[in-house]
Amino acid sequence: MPRLGAVAGVVGLLTIVSLFVGVGDVTPASLANAVFGADDGSRHDVLLVLASRVPRTIAILLAGAGMAIAGQIMQLLSRNRFVEPSTAGTVESAAIGILAVTVLAPGAPVMVKMLVATVTALAGTALFLRILRHVPLRSVLVVPLVGLMLGGIINAVSTFFAYRLDLVQSLNTWMTGDFSGVLRGRYELLWLTFALVVVAYLVADRFTVAGMGQDFVTNLGMNYRAVLALGLSIVSMVTAVVVVTVGAIPFLGLVVPNVVALMFGDNLRRTAPWVALGGAGFVLVCDLLGRTVRYPYEVPIGVVVGVVGSAAFLFLLLRRGARVA
Amino acid sequence: MIGLGVGLLLAAIAFMTVGAKGSWDFVLPFRGTKLLAMTLVGVAVAVSTVMFQTVTDNRILTPSIMGFDALYLLLQTFLVFTIGSARLAAVDGGVRFGGEVAVMVTFGVMLYRWLLIGARRSVHVLVLAGIVLGVLFRSLSSFMQRLIDPNEFQVLQDAMFASFNSFDRSLVWPAAGLLAVAVSVAWGLRRRLDVLLLGRERATSLGVDYRRTVGLVLVVVAVLVSVSTALVGPIMFFGLLVANLAYRIAGSHRHAVVMPAAALLGVLALVAGQTVLERVFAFDTALAVIIEFLGGIVFLALLVRGEKR
Amino acid sequence: MIDVLDAVKTYGSVRVVDGVRLTLPAGGLTSIVGPNGAGKSTLLSLIARLLEMDGGQVLVDGLDVTSTRSDVLATRIAALRQENHLTSRLTVRDLVTFGRYPHSKGRTTPEDLEHVARALEFLDLEPLADRFLDEMSGGQRQRAFVAMVLCQDTDVVLLDEPLNNLDPRHAVAMMERLRAAVDELGKTVVLVVHDINVAAHYSDHIVAMCDGAVMVEGSPREVIRPEVLSSVYGLPVEVHEIAGRPHATYFPPGRPSVTFSIA
Repeated sequence: MPRLGAVAGVVGLLTIVSLFVGVGDVTPASLANAVFGADDGSRHDVLLVLASRVPRTIAILLAGAGMAIAGQIMQLLSRNRFVEPSTAGTVESAAIGILAVTVLAPGAPVMVKMLVATVTALAGTALFLRILRHVPLRSVLVVPLVGLMLGGIINAVSTFFAYRLDLVQSLNTWMTGDFSGVLRGRYELLWLTFALVVVAYLVADRFTVAGMGQDFVTNLGMNYRAVLALGLSIVSMVTAVVVVTVGAIPFLGLVVPNVVALMFGDNLRRTAPWVALGGAGFVLVCDLLGRTVRYPYEVPIGVVVGVVGSAAFLFLLLRRGARVA
Repeated sequence: MIGLGVGLLLAAIAFMTVGAKGSWDFVLPFRGTKLLAMTLVGVAVAVSTVMFQTVTDNRILTPSIMGFDALYLLLQTFLVFTIGSARLAAVDGGVRFGGEVAVMVTFGVMLYRWLLIGARRSVHVLVLAGIVLGVLFRSLSSFMQRLIDPNEFQVLQDAMFASFNSFDRSLVWPAAGLLAVAVSVAWGLRRRLDVLLLGRERATSLGVDYRRTVGLVLVVVAVLVSVSTALVGPIMFFGLLVANLAYRIAGSHRHAVVMPAAALLGVLALVAGQTVLERVFAFDTALAVIIEFLGGIVFLALLVRGEKR
Repeated sequence: MIDVLDAVKTYGSVRVVDGVRLTLPAGGLTSIVGPNGAGKSTLLSLIARLLEMDGGQVLVDGLDVTSTRSDVLATRIAALRQENHLTSRLTVRDLVTFGRYPHSKGRTTPEDLEHVARALEFLDLEPLADRFLDEMSGGQRQRAFVAMVLCQDTDVVLLDEPLNNLDPRHAVAMMERLRAAVDELGKTVVLVVHDINVAAHYSDHIVAMCDGAVMVEGSPREVIRPEVLSSVYGLPVEVHEIAGRPHATYFPPGRPSVTFSIA
């Protein structure tokens, strides 16, 4: 698909730009000089790039692609355009899991935090789907409303304990995505999202059929509960990893899949590359924006995406509103 | 209603006296101002929610859910951003507050008139749009906050939580004045609000100027929200909790009954809650969080029971 | 062959399907008719294992639908329910290709593509193949769903109200195609149909249901009789002979007779 190639090219270009934007001045020329020249001073630049820029850029690409795919899977599984990890209580559930580990086992390695967060995220999302089954009027818009409220309630519980234990600051870092803390040794867990995205791609057809409804799934001889469990596990794990390593990136999983669906539909086998690339590109642009708008300071990505993403969500909502309502 | 009044009186007395140490000359004015602030907030949130729900013809929308108080915070940040905090600090607190309220009324009424009466949208579109608007406003606020002072990480984060301990005491009296005006306008509107409960078409055919009334209600709501947000910060679900309890208790649809009942309930909940938490459990800032928790559950219950009208 | 042995389905205290005992021979087109709420759609869903039974058993070619693996059944039996609301944006071709999933498990082979092309042609969908379903009319969508089910290429095809949303021309074309699938491809087709005369005209076998039970079954001549239909629908029905086939007309009291027919 040539157009997919073009988008990949743009994202690649942004990736390169992202490598050279930052407080420490690194230009392509100085980098080349450091690699090929004998000047010891410029080796510092290379180290800077290796230790912070490269991990940061990789983290952005992985988190962006992962969250976008997670959003797409959730939309198919809940058969609702407005659902994604931050409108289904998944993000808040992951955060409460991390909070629990931080309080109960302060020295636990990040892997443990991630696993516990996955479990709580899974539980929270399952609770969300359970509540949905009891909502009589399952209009398209009640679904995300329920999710947002559930998220609010879970967040209130977290905040309550965070207040008592003086951890509000930590809670905020999980709830607001920020790539400035990404360094080598502190982001590698994100590669897990890459693996999860690949898994999602391999079983893409199941999710697409799940998006058609339980009857279609059964009619085509699949096990609905298994598809649901697999999808929710992928979504929860991606969310947990992203929240643990860089913090939540709101609305990303909503905006990107919706735009892709408008252009190419919902056949995940075909659209997955677009969604992944779109997510990565979207986060890259927002991150560049956050890094340059108040140079040399940084605006965290969660804030930038919060502005851009919620504005885009509103646009989708009010534009579609006429048709949905 | 009488029961509510008595309860409130008892709660107020308890709040003023329980656990007081040291000189009464200090304790009474100190706690008195706090009690006054809580009264203002309780009344403002309750009355604005009831009016808003009548106008939007549903029982799950409230001004805070629709992002009203986030808008107030955004405008506040925007003023600091454009005028500069140094120059703003030179302005007297009351005057500055008045200016903020004026800006809020202008923008709030414009925005929500467009949302509510511009195109006909379902309640759910409105709620969702409102919640997301809230997110947008909050994100924009923190964005601007970062631009103003990149080193200040938590300034606005703190403003995101309601607190009944760290409010600006100089604002209490101007806020009380504004509240008195707004509430008396609301009281004057009570019969027209009763008619609005019948819906837009029937209200119009009964001779109520729908657009004008809704516009007026939105002005009052904007003022009330400004008062409560300026004093203690946003409390998302408080209004929902109080208004829905009031409908149940009042046993009447008439605003002459519902509005005072909601106001009494609002103040009672704040004063009693704060007394219990602060004096008995020695929790300081937790009341707002607990309100959010309970309010969220009530909201979900309302949705699940399909009681959207 | 489909054997339904005392199938029961209850919702709360209501027995929607109440001990249905029924044998449908392999091959042939069977129509299930009856008034609203008779349990027709529920019975169809039970046979297709889209709903769980509360009692009894359904055998398709001797396979118990409750205990047989779902992916095995998906190669024997294909079903389409009445309500098919999609929130996903899929093209007609996407949808029909998913009908091959039980065979291909997602890895589409050239043979699958042939089946898809044939199904699209069969339902006259070729010009619409790459359109999105949410941008098409209800009738076009209905045809796309039927194409998907036919593309599944199973011996047994169950369709709930396949004429929904179709105008007379497309309804007739649909019935002709289903008839052809039976006659030329040897399929077993079971339909839920509202129009008695459509059932009378195209079926080999008619099952009349009422209150969750089978009231009468047999050939069109056996079922399309005034006394049978009058008691099934609780409404006076007359049957006339038109072009050598029975044809039912209804008499709303005090009004001139109205004929409901699409053919």
